[in-house]
Amino acid sequence: MPTMNMLQAINNALDIAMAEDEKVICFGEDVGIFGGVFRATSHLQEKYGKTRCFNTPLVEQGIIGFANGLAAQGSVPVAEIQFADYIFPAFDQIVNETAKYRYRSGDLFNVGGLTIRTPYGGGIAGGLYHSQSPEAYFTHTPGLKVVVPRNPYQAKGLLLAAIRDPDPVLFLEPKRLYRAAVGEVPEEDYQLRLGEAEVIKEGSDITVVGWGAQMEVIGKAVELAEEQGIACEVIDLRSLLPWDADTVVESVLKTGRLVVSHEAPLTGGFAGEIAATIQERCFLYLESPIRRVTGLDTPFPLVLEKEYFPDHLKIFEAIRESVNF
Amino acid sequence: MMTNHVHQPAFLTGDEFSIATFSLLDAEGELYNGATEPPLEREHARRLYQSMLATRILDERMMAAQRQGRLSFYMQCMGEEAAVIGATAALNDADMIMAQYREQGALMYRGFSIDEFMNQLFGNELDYGKGRQMPVHYGSRKLHYMTISSPLATQIPQATGYAYGQKLAGDGLCTLTFFGEGAASEGDFHAALNMASVHKVPVIFFCRNNGYAISTPAVEQFAADGIAPRAFGYHMHVLRVDGNDVLAVYEATRQARQIAVEQNQPVLIEAMTYRLAAHSSSDDPSGYRLKSEEETWRLKDPVLRMQKWLLKKNWWSEEEETQQQETLRREVLDTMKRAEKRTSPPLESLVSDVYADVTPELQRQFDQLKKHIRRYPDAYPRGARSLDLDVETHIDSQGDA
Repeated sequence: MPTMNMLQAINNALDIAMAEDEKVICFGEDVGIFGGVFRATSHLQEKYGKTRCFNTPLVEQGIIGFANGLAAQGSVPVAEIQFADYIFPAFDQIVNETAKYRYRSGDLFNVGGLTIRTPYGGGIAGGLYHSQSPEAYFTHTPGLKVVVPRNPYQAKGLLLAAIRDPDPVLFLEPKRLYRAAVGEVPEEDYQLRLGEAEVIKEGSDITVVGWGAQMEVIGKAVELAEEQGIACEVIDLRSLLPWDADTVVESVLKTGRLVVSHEAPLTGGFAGEIAATIQERCFLYLESPIRRVTGLDTPFPLVLEKEYFPDHLKIFEAIRESVNF
Repeated sequence: MMTNHVHQPAFLTGDEFSIATFSLLDAEGELYNGATEPPLEREHARRLYQSMLATRILDERMMAAQRQGRLSFYMQCMGEEAAVIGATAALNDADMIMAQYREQGALMYRGFSIDEFMNQLFGNELDYGKGRQMPVHYGSRKLHYMTISSPLATQIPQATGYAYGQKLAGDGLCTLTFFGEGAASEGDFHAALNMASVHKVPVIFFCRNNGYAISTPAVEQFAADGIAPRAFGYHMHVLRVDGNDVLAVYEATRQARQIAVEQNQPVLIEAMTYRLAAHSSSDDPSGYRLKSEEETWRLKDPVLRMQKWLLKKNWWSEEEETQQQETLRREVLDTMKRAEKRTSPPLESLVSDVYADVTPELQRQFDQLKKHIRRYPDAYPRGARSLDLDVETHIDSQGDA
């Protein structure tokens, strides 16, 4: 099985989707001949031509508005927003249009073919405008699906599923892992189901939930915990909207403890949604308060990034405190 | 609204208009026939040139420092010094500048010291921005230079608003906003121009049309004849200027300022120039443009062109040039050494300025963080040092952070 980094896996998924269906069209700022600033769309213009893979003018609201129209017509647009930090000019198109197209027309029209790809997250010395994790703005928007892969294998399978899904998908790519995450990825076409979490590791003492780049950090924290004899069950949510509450509930009914971690700020973060659901459904089984290990309620810093980051030590401490509660 | 009617359809495309480029100096630093030298006095011209030279040298040295791993990121102004500094020199020093991110020359002209540049670039304790933003995101209240924001074009409508306030204040000042031809595709650009025209605002929209938005060439950015014709749609004064010709840029902006301040009318200036360097230290232009194209623009170097003009006027000498270059290089290197040794902003800077006062919830989070750092001081050397804890590990340079 070939080894790929996450960018290669994403590029491979786009290649497969474009080869299979000529309605699949990739565009965004710098995605044409240059292949995108991270090179996720490398060689696609050479292979499929300028009508199916192209640079757009520098206008995010235009990119997503265009993509909505294209999807409504029946094409399958895969639109790239260069950084998730720059998605906000397109917020109106995504929240008021993409998410509500099917509903407001009584299913006369839909933009289900649309996939929006965008790199998110910190840890790359990017400061406040190249580090944000804006998932919670979008998980508050019924009609969208929100998906976040953690490694190359997941990225390919989830992206292919997102492109073919009958609903619009916001696909958040952990850019810190673009080149850092390397793993075996099958060459052939495969899909991973949206809306399904994955239990990465079974354990009986505590459940630790995350998604995307944070799974690597959780992995390190869990290693520390296991050294102290704490058996952790690790769950990658993979889809945030809709999210797989049943898998988390089942785990917490067994462990009685839960830690959720994300890079985004605490207040209004998606960990709050998970905590609320789990306390409703597992109240009598909880042995300790649900802990959230997240970014601070501040913009993403630069020089003090290490201090801000919800790193493995902070997660480990939360695990330890939960178990010793 | 015009009310004349015709009874046969006649579509227009914009080709009915042709917008010439205003230029005064040729590549050899000679005035074109029929060109009039702008009212630029010797000392002013020297200040302008020295700022261009200093910007070029700062850029060269800092790009080299980035390549050596001393700096995480850098963006050069190379090739656009005349556009940026020529425009700034035509303003009142108290006029507001709202720039994009490639206009360090404007700050250089206004007297931002090399120390001040370095403190921002290294995000140290003396950085006005408290180490929060990536390198080149400068700001200076005393020099009337709004702190840079990475998201493109957001400053353009803000310039309209700022200038509206200046008009109400009646202090005879205006705002100039810089942006690239790529940023002019954003919705914010159109909103800004429309509002400025409707509300008769003293703002100068200065577009650096440098040919590229990262890898995207201008031909893939717009189908029309550049940015200038857009002014017609908003009934706005407009002038296209050779952006590598500092005298033309200066004169264009000087007259634009008169229109803005005396008539309360916005003006659009499109400076035709070229981004000689990569978009940033993270970019490699060999993936999307030919070296030969870069070479043709090197021949139009704006710094060299002004130098030739000054030498001909005997307002500058070869000796001064050599001496100035040496002095500047040494100053940049010495200052850099000082700046990179300085300590980081204090841990409190993580939570200050989010609001005017730290909220109780944020204070709780901060207290928890301090407790955590006390438990693991070696994992957070900057934070630990700020809390006066002993730290064993070496603090990474920003390049590794």
